[in-house]
Amino acid sequence: MHIEEFALGDSWVHRLDPRVKIVATFVFAVVVALNQSLIASAVALIFPVALIAASGVSLKKVFLRLAVVNAFILFLWVFIPFTYPGKVVWSIGPLEVHREGLLLCLLMTLKSNAIILTVIALLGTSRVFSLVHALSHMGVPDKLVHLFFFCFRYIHVIHEEYHRLLTAMKVRGFKQRTDLHTYRTYAYLVGILLVRSFDRSRRIVAAMKCRGFRGRFYILHHHEMKGGDYMLGATSVLFSIVLLVAP
Amino acid sequence: MIRLRDIHFRYNSRYVLSGLNFAVNPGDRIALLGPNGSGKTTLSHIIMGLLAPEAGEVEIFGKLRRTEPDFQDIRGRIGFLFQDADDQLFCPTVLEDVAFGPLNLGKSSEEAKRIVRDTLAALKLDGFEERITYQLSGGEKRLVSLATVLAMAPEILILDEPTSGLDEATTERLAEILNESALSYILISHDLDFVRKTTNKAVTMRDLNSNGTAREPIHSRVA
Repeated sequence: MHIEEFALGDSWVHRLDPRVKIVATFVFAVVVALNQSLIASAVALIFPVALIAASGVSLKKVFLRLAVVNAFILFLWVFIPFTYPGKVVWSIGPLEVHREGLLLCLLMTLKSNAIILTVIALLGTSRVFSLVHALSHMGVPDKLVHLFFFCFRYIHVIHEEYHRLLTAMKVRGFKQRTDLHTYRTYAYLVGILLVRSFDRSRRIVAAMKCRGFRGRFYILHHHEMKGGDYMLGATSVLFSIVLLVAP
Repeated sequence: MIRLRDIHFRYNSRYVLSGLNFAVNPGDRIALLGPNGSGKTTLSHIIMGLLAPEAGEVEIFGKLRRTEPDFQDIRGRIGFLFQDADDQLFCPTVLEDVAFGPLNLGKSSEEAKRIVRDTLAALKLDGFEERITYQLSGGEKRLVSLATVLAMAPEILILDEPTSGLDEATTERLAEILNESALSYILISHDLDFVRKTTNKAVTMRDLNSNGTAREPIHSRVA
């Protein structure tokens, strides 16, 4: 599993202060989501596309991620043009394609892609732990930050455990079928994973207590704002204002 | 340093420890032996205050320890190495994980970084600072776990099966590290060769439990 597959580069985008990245992503995403103009939504794509180009991350991987998101959007294209009321532009027998429906689909597609690309370009290019640090610096409640961090840290361990169990099942002749035995086996698998995760969480807390943990995390690295960070912050806010005002 | 008197502990109705007495004195390197399920890990968790005994006294560094704050005082002074390194290493990088203990003890981040460097160097793990903890090999994980414990400058160590899953070379290195250190420790292990190399005393759980009858269910279970 590669959760941090975009975070490994070393471009100026990667090195930006994660706090700025989080704020910029948030502001941009809200503006794009609220925006109702097609042209502005198309223009909005410039921002993440430029950042992705500058970060030098693998375009193939970016397209793979986009494909997943757009697979969901495809469902909108299947239904909305036929059901959304408006001017009929095309008809096949009883089915009528409406202009407004098509435009709405296009709008949603542009918006979702702009937001996803921004998340990849800005948040994806930071290590999860530096995002966690940034969140705690920004005054996000400790419990939320810890939850986010431990999910990330132990997803890998639980994923490995899942594969070990699955391998052990296969070695004993387990084959996936559409029958009760398969469903029951998978239910057991999920069940034991939950139990083991719970046990593990208790051992982790015990290990942390043994090293003097009393409910507070101390941060070793402190973030520092540099020229580029102010630049990105200013650019994203300006660009967002333009998107809001222009149409 | 550590004195346990007449400790009773049970899981549900099964007594694992019944009238257990145990003492650790400066210079002791004690091997704690006994079959699976005989209460070795339970005993070590009672010393750390992770489990509370049903009856009996826990005296550590000359004071009776009963409450959570009592035990918080001693946790920096007793280093505990867990059986599974994945439970111990939870930070993303080695630097942060080794610094976790010193920071909890109130060191500044500069001091903590210096301690990390020195500890890693002493274990010949120089240059491991930025490695990702979950990508380390099994042997590396074990040594880094040991570093996280040693970074707190403990007076005594508790090692729970430190050689399980290790290859010969890493086991050998662990034995060297322990022999070169001046620390007292309690070693829980089934690896008799390792025990012979690293300890100067051995006790069995049977010796420690004065009351033999309550132990019966465990023995019949093991048999």
